[in-house]
Amino acid sequence: MAHSEEVIIEAGHGAKNYWRDLWKNRELLLILSRRDLSVRYKQTVVGAGWAVIRPFATMLVMVFVFDKVAKFKGDEGIPYPLMVLAGITIWNFFSTTFTQISHSILLNSNLVTKTYFPRLIMPLSSVVVGFVDFIISIVLYVLIAIWYKHFPSWQLLLFPAFVLLTLAASLAFGLFFAVMNVRFRDIAQLIPFIVQIGFYACPIAYSSSMVESNQGAWWYDLYYLNPMVSIIDGFKWCLLGDGAFFKVSSLYSTIGFTVAVLGISIYYFRKEENSFVDYI
Amino acid sequence: MEVIVAEDISKKYIIDHQKKARKNFTLRDTFSEKFKHFFGKGEEDEVEHEEFWALRDVNFSVNQGDRVGIIGHNGAGKSTLLKILSKITEPTNGRVTIKGRVASLLEVGTGFHPELTGRENIFLNGAILGMKRHEIKAAFDSIVDFAGVDKFLDTPVKRYSSGMYVRLGFAISAHLSPEILIIDEVLAVGDADFQKKCLGKMRDVSESGRTILFVSHNLAAVQSLCNRAFYFEHGRLKLQGDTTHVVNNYLSHVAKTTLEHTWETPEEGPGTDEVRFRSIRVKPAYASGKLYIDVTTPIKVHIEFWNMAERADLNLSLHLYAFTGECIFNVGTTSQSFDKGLVSATLDIPGNFLNDGSYVISVMVVKDTSTVLYQLAEAVSFEVEDHREGVTWYGKWPGYVRPQFNFQISQSEVLV
Repeated sequence: MAHSEEVIIEAGHGAKNYWRDLWKNRELLLILSRRDLSVRYKQTVVGAGWAVIRPFATMLVMVFVFDKVAKFKGDEGIPYPLMVLAGITIWNFFSTTFTQISHSILLNSNLVTKTYFPRLIMPLSSVVVGFVDFIISIVLYVLIAIWYKHFPSWQLLLFPAFVLLTLAASLAFGLFFAVMNVRFRDIAQLIPFIVQIGFYACPIAYSSSMVESNQGAWWYDLYYLNPMVSIIDGFKWCLLGDGAFFKVSSLYSTIGFTVAVLGISIYYFRKEENSFVDYI
Repeated sequence: MEVIVAEDISKKYIIDHQKKARKNFTLRDTFSEKFKHFFGKGEEDEVEHEEFWALRDVNFSVNQGDRVGIIGHNGAGKSTLLKILSKITEPTNGRVTIKGRVASLLEVGTGFHPELTGRENIFLNGAILGMKRHEIKAAFDSIVDFAGVDKFLDTPVKRYSSGMYVRLGFAISAHLSPEILIIDEVLAVGDADFQKKCLGKMRDVSESGRTILFVSHNLAAVQSLCNRAFYFEHGRLKLQGDTTHVVNNYLSHVAKTTLEHTWETPEEGPGTDEVRFRSIRVKPAYASGKLYIDVTTPIKVHIEFWNMAERADLNLSLHLYAFTGECIFNVGTTSQSFDKGLVSATLDIPGNFLNDGSYVISVMVVKDTSTVLYQLAEAVSFEVEDHREGVTWYGKWPGYVRPQFNFQISQSEVLV
């Protein structure tokens, strides 16, 4: 009988062939993604329609509150609803993937205790749900943009880069929370709270240009410390064109920050993943 | 050829006791504890955490084609060993070298998602067990056939009966083609029919030269399927070797039996002024090499008592009870006249009569066939282990007795 492989099991040995194992298990990654996707809207009447209804309804409410009632100033020449929808689209992408990643280990606890595969497969496969919702939301955006006859310009070419950056950010924070979540169930309470606060702390229903007029205020730098601010501004700029406010300089620190956090999170995840089964 | 070599593997768990149990439970507790430590108010000395070694310095090697039964009490480390071999958890010390593709069945239907259909779950579970997509596709029809769920392939498994669920789960794992198969107590689930399929499949696998590690409490199945056995106790590998030898040793340690009671003088013996017991002994006639009673073992029960009266008409009556309290039988000797002195009696319980289980014996001395002089309740107890030959079914054999009555079968007519 041909012995395809020799495996050595000892403390701390798992690291050696980790990335190769991850690649070998790519079929599992796909099938887990498909599972999450097909389970997502099971036994619902509207189904994937929820991915349209949610951003659309949120947009209507935000436009009513911030544009009609509070009379916030949008960016010159850009329809307010369109700006809000662009913000909601990218924010939902971030918050959904971030939430899914954070819960991915706990949701798959039956697999953690009964089988072995590189644990990174679980957070990675959980990303797909948010991504599909994002695509649907983008289609909605395109329809409404046509309605307003507002078309993107050359910045659209940067679209994939911003999607990747958002994904990197959600992995960076999500992986960290996923590990913490195994030991501390507090995280499950904390996450919806973070998402809720983030919605108002980020330029989703308003434009960063309104913040710009407050240069020198003590919270001005604090505002830009949030990496999602420049990602969202950039994404809006990429869809809406030059008229949209975007402080390009803020993006550099965000990229550096995101990459650094991502590195730390992966390291932390790798360090802890072998003990998941003992704590879950 | 050695396919698994384990060298000094140990696994340590930290058990937190009461004081510690609350700590680290929530984030706030952790922070407040860190905070206290920072200001030197830590309660480090009061924290009790005990080290628990689920496995300790375990060494063994398994050859290709070996069928190894792993036995031991609950908590002896069997499942921890399987988890280490399956890479689910790392050993604290030591190393294991495994040659070949391993499939672990620690659970039937691992990762089944209730909302997904039978068809989708076959692919999901197959992928989780490490099958490639084309392998699953190739085995698909055979899996569906084996499980007998073809009508319900497109029904979510949450609507399956528990039997269908288990059958589907097992059918998938039965179609794995690993070089080493690790199985945890699969026989504990499912009905007799399923267990039969399950064991049949395991036999097929072993006959094809693959290696099996099999944890079970079903000793009859272990004895029939395995050529070697490991006996674990308190995390240590207490004994390894030939299955019969290891099972013998295990049973002689676990049987909660009191095979005899003896009292030296009449003053010590239980009884009355008229009769006092001297001894009661269960003497099994072990088959060669066996150290425990199984369903084929003939048993002799010797009873001795002192008759203290000058002359008395006495007989003995013996009750055999199942562990659950039902009386299986009551036998009596004839009544006889005895002088003052020692009286002895022997009862033969033939082999192939009692079913497997735990039994308790009570004896009483009766005077003039009507008056009970003394009853010695629950005098001795013994366990009868299962034994099977020439069968492929290892479920619990029903009934209190398992007699081998003359039961003939023949073809009486041939239809042409």
